[in-house]
Amino acid sequence: MNLTLKIWRQKNASDKGKMVDYQISDVSPDMSFLEMLDVLNDQIITKGEEPVAFDHDCREGICGMCSLYINGEAHGPDRGVTTCQLHMRKFKDGDTIYIEPFRAKAFPVIKDLVVDRSAFDRIQHAGGFISVNTSGNTQDANAIPIAKEAADTAMDAATCIGCGACVATCKNSSAMLFVGAKVSQYALLPQGQVEATDRVLNMVKQMDEEGFGNCTNTGACEVECPKGISLENIARMNSEYLKASLKG
Amino acid sequence: MSGIFNSSIGRKFAMALSALFLMFFLLQHFAINILSVFSPDAFNEASHFMGTFWAVQYILQPILIFGVIFHFVMGFILELKNNKARQISYAKNNGSANSSWMSRNMIWSGLAILAFMVLHFIDFWIPEMNTKYVLGDMSGMHNGEFRYFHELVEKFHSPIRVGAYVIAFVFLALHLLHGFSSAFQSIGANNKYTKSLQGFAKIYAIGIPLGFIFIALYHHLTGH
Repeated sequence: MNLTLKIWRQKNASDKGKMVDYQISDVSPDMSFLEMLDVLNDQIITKGEEPVAFDHDCREGICGMCSLYINGEAHGPDRGVTTCQLHMRKFKDGDTIYIEPFRAKAFPVIKDLVVDRSAFDRIQHAGGFISVNTSGNTQDANAIPIAKEAADTAMDAATCIGCGACVATCKNSSAMLFVGAKVSQYALLPQGQVEATDRVLNMVKQMDEEGFGNCTNTGACEVECPKGISLENIARMNSEYLKASLKG
Repeated sequence: MSGIFNSSIGRKFAMALSALFLMFFLLQHFAINILSVFSPDAFNEASHFMGTFWAVQYILQPILIFGVIFHFVMGFILELKNNKARQISYAKNNGSANSSWMSRNMIWSGLAILAFMVLHFIDFWIPEMNTKYVLGDMSGMHNGEFRYFHELVEKFHSPIRVGAYVIAFVFLALHLLHGFSSAFQSIGANNKYTKSLQGFAKIYAIGIPLGFIFIALYHHLTGH
C-alpha cells in the first residue's frame, strides 16, 4: 500500500504546530498503525530529520497509552480497539490519512502527537479509590457478597483504560464518560459506599477545574471508546452527584 | 447543595429540568391548538380559560417565561464554555461516524426555534398582552363573539407565515429528537426503561411538531 500521511508536527508545548505531508510506500496491510508509524520514523531518521513523537506502551490494547485522532476519529475508523490494535487493512492503497493528537484544552500537546493526559490522574487522585486499612487483618474482598449483576456492571465500568478517546471525540471535550466509569465502578459495590458522597463531589469538582467541557449526550464517546464503556455510567454519575449534592 | 449549579452536572440537570418543563408545556399547547381543527367553540373556551384564569396568568405564565429564557441563556452559556474546552480544532473531524446531526447541532436548531419564538410572540403573545393588560379588555370578545379562533385563522392566511411556521417546527422536531431522551440521561435516568423511552421520544419529537404543522396548514388551506 502507498499512502499519503498528513501528520501534526509540533516541536514543543509552546510551538504553534502545523500539518506536514509524508509519503510512505510498501505498507503491509498486516501492519498495526503504530508499526506503520515506526516504519515512517525509520525513513525520517534516515533522512536525518526529527522523527514523529507519539505515545505507546503495551501495544496490546491494555495500557491506554496510545492515542491519535485518525481520519477524524479517536483511535481511527475501527470499533472497540485502541490505535495499537488498528491495522492497516482498514485503509486502502492510495488513501490520505490525517493523524492528529487528541485535542482538548485539558490535554495540552507536549510534542507532535503526544499529549499530557495527567488531568485524568488528578481526577483519580481526587476520589477514584477506596480506603482500606492494610493492618494485616484485612478482610478478604470475596467475603462480602455482591450480586452478580452489580459485579458485572462494576467490572464493565472498570475496564476503562483512561486513554482519553472520550474527551478527544466529544465535541465539547467532556470527560464525563471517563469520570462516570470511575465513579460507577465503586458506586456499584459495597466497598465503594463509605466514600461515595465525597468521591463523586471531589472527582466532578476536579474534572470541572481541569477545563473539560459539559456533556451534551451526543453519545460519540460511547461509540469511540475502545472498551465500550456505556453512557449508563454517565447517567449513574449524574444521579450519584445529585444525591451527593443533596446530602453534602 | 451549595455550588451544584456551578458544576457541569448541575448545569446539565438545570437544562434538563427546564427542557422537561418546556416539553410538558408544548404538549399542553398542542392539546389546546388541535381543538381549533375539530371544534372552534372548544378552542375558544380553552383559550379564554388559559388567558384569564389567575393561576395560569400570574403563576404558570411567569414560570414559563422564566423557563424559556433560562433554557436559551443556559444553552448559550454551555455552548460558549464547551467551545473554550477545545481551542484548536481538528484538521479532519468525522462527527457523523459516531453521533447524530441533531445531537451535534442543538445550538443551531435552538437558534431557529428562538427566531420562531420572536415571530410567535409578535404574532400572538404581545397583541394578547396588549389587549388584556394595556387596554384592559379581559372579555375575550370581539363583535359579540370570542375572538381567539378568528385571530388564529387570520394569522394563517399568509403563506409566508405558514412557511416560516413549518420550517420552525421541522427544527423543533430535530431539537426534540435529541433533546427528549437527552434530558432523561442528564437527570440520571438510564435504565431498563431507556429503550422504551427512546421510542416514545421519537413519537413525541416527530408527532407534536407534525401536529402543529398540520394545524397551520389546515387553517391555511381551508381558510377557516
